[in-house]
Amino acid sequence: MPGGSLSDVECARLTARDLDEESAAWLRRLGAEGGERQAAERELHARLIRIALAEVRRRQSGTPVTGPELDDVAHQAADDAMLAILAKLGDFRGESRFITWAYRFVILEVSAKLGRHYWRNPPAALDAGQWERLPDRFGIDPARHAESAGLLAEVRRVVDEELTAHQRRVFTAIVVDGIPLDALAARLGLRRNALYKVIFDARRKIRRALAANGYLDEPGGEQR
Amino acid sequence: MSDLDRLERFLRTDPRDVGCDEAMAILHVYVDLLADGQDAAGRYPGVAAHLAACGPCGEDFAGLLAAVTSK
Repeated sequence: MPGGSLSDVECARLTARDLDEESAAWLRRLGAEGGERQAAERELHARLIRIALAEVRRRQSGTPVTGPELDDVAHQAADDAMLAILAKLGDFRGESRFITWAYRFVILEVSAKLGRHYWRNPPAALDAGQWERLPDRFGIDPARHAESAGLLAEVRRVVDEELTAHQRRVFTAIVVDGIPLDALAARLGLRRNALYKVIFDARRKIRRALAANGYLDEPGGEQR
Repeated sequence: MSDLDRLERFLRTDPRDVGCDEAMAILHVYVDLLADGQDAAGRYPGVAAHLAACGPCGEDFAGLLAAVTSK
């Protein structure tokens, strides 16, 4: 179930390890005084900018943000990640390399900022309900749209009749209209995990309904 | 893969899925294991299930893995 916890076995494996030399050096330099600390901060910030720029470019096909604005997002993400890292240095427990822990901040900042920037020039409006595009969302060959029409009509019926209003709105925005989950989260003021759980529950409900009506095998086939 | 398979795969849910918060909380640990050639999915099956199903978290995972394996 999404939003659940790691199992006891998984938690038991999440233990600190002896710091590798590079991680220990980062912590020592960032905890030092004066010039040594400033040099370490400059070096870390430069690395965060490099990673952020690479990350926005890696994601550029999936966002309406382009050109100089994309670079701005990268620099803002690096700046905010730097502040967060310095504020949370004491939380680093050596469960991974320091630099991996640090890069996680900038990757998540890029994610969140691209989600918020989506609404400056959105390719799809909230609540557009472009059901005619659903076959494309599932990559169905245009030559086979007619063949799959019955199945997709049943999906729509379940969405309309069996999902809650909130599930229906979220499912339609993300799955039907193709609005990125992070963009919808930013727009609705919700956490990514909250929306994911809505979609998770909607997927399960739709699958069970399709199985009950003979469109799919029984949910006993759900992964375990 | 047939159209039905695509839809069925999308709708299939994995009860081991730990959700976004848990997966993102240990993403750095998971990625380091993978970068070291270890069986990250075997150690954290609930995280692996989530990363396979959640597009945004999957993107973050791909981005962090690319970052730590880039030269």
